[in-house]
Amino acid sequence: MTGRFAPLLETLTRLRGIRGALVVDVADGLVVEESVMGGLKVTAVAAMAANIAGRSAELAGRADFGQPRFIHLQALDGSLLVAPAARDLLLVAIVGRDVPLGLIRLEMLRMAEHLV
Amino acid sequence: MTEDIRSLSAQYAADPSSLIFLRLAEALRQRAQLDAALKVARAGLSRYPHLPDAHDLYARILTDGKDFANAFDEWDTVLRLAPQHVGAHKGIGFLYYRAGEPEHALFHLRLAAELDPTDEGLRRAVERVGGGQAVWERPMPQAPPERVEEARAATVSAGDPFAGIEGARDRLLLVDEDGLRLGGGLAGRDGRNVSDEAAAVLAAVTREAGRAARLIELGEWNHLTIEGTDISACLLNPTSDTSLLAAMDAGMPAGQLAYFAERGAKSARTWLERVR
Repeated sequence: MTGRFAPLLETLTRLRGIRGALVVDVADGLVVEESVMGGLKVTAVAAMAANIAGRSAELAGRADFGQPRFIHLQALDGSLLVAPAARDLLLVAIVGRDVPLGLIRLEMLRMAEHLV
Repeated sequence: MTEDIRSLSAQYAADPSSLIFLRLAEALRQRAQLDAALKVARAGLSRYPHLPDAHDLYARILTDGKDFANAFDEWDTVLRLAPQHVGAHKGIGFLYYRAGEPEHALFHLRLAAELDPTDEGLRRAVERVGGGQAVWERPMPQAPPERVEEARAATVSAGDPFAGIEGARDRLLLVDEDGLRLGGGLAGRDGRNVSDEAAAVLAAVTREAGRAARLIELGEWNHLTIEGTDISACLLNPTSDTSLLAAMDAGMPAGQLAYFAERGAKSARTWLERVR
């Protein structure tokens, strides 16, 4: 991992409970850059994150919520976290179960602001 | 046939204290302009608080807006003012029928039919609820509970999946798997009703959430939280074939939003068990 988002992703993956972090192109759901642990299906995570972000934006538009700034899909064995960044990028993280999300959320929101 | 609203509005403007408000509000109701109809009906009620027809009209507008609790109260007021009011018996009968209380519905509908034997539609409604023409040979069913609160609770709790929960009308939305609204409602930032727009995509979003959790191997999903710039929402499936959205102003703690959603889901499950 030597791309322009490497320092940011490395900082994020150092936080406790994070199994992987990615920058994803929202338009096609492809990985721009990633830092993940083994066993994680990177392409599936990227595609699903883009899909969920798109659906959430559509719902937020119809329901007049304002632009989505953070999306959290919680499941039995962990969570998918998505912070929409610049117009065409998403900052995505996969975390394990029973992980406190407050700090991770704040870090992702802060990083997403600089992800341009 | 709806009356000409422009003409009625002009008459109303010329003499706001006249009874023309009844016809104007009814015309607006029939054209589904419920906010305007409510405004006119309320103004009329403030001038004629003891006019049964004004309360009856107000109740019908409330029913169209799915505010069954207040509609029940209005029709109850009508029957206190005028115990033989056909419209109020029909209205309360409808609310009981909708609530899954056919015996109580039949009591009011039969009373209404006896008060207005020329109403063929009403006779058919009685026969439909009562199981055919033999209903006229049977004795009148027992009257509903006299205590208003009990009766009101019966109609409201069965008619509204989120009865008793604050925000039931503009912060909680329940849809089926096809995106059809089953209950609750949603208001946008400016207070505009956005329930149907949101309902159309809500089921699809929760389907995608389930699919994403499976494909990423996160196991069964619990909920999806979307933080908007102004409003945040928590989505979940109260049952396998329904989706719920709970909304709060942005900035509220995520745990509080999730709790609100779980509370709505529990209420929705109870309601679904009763109506299915």
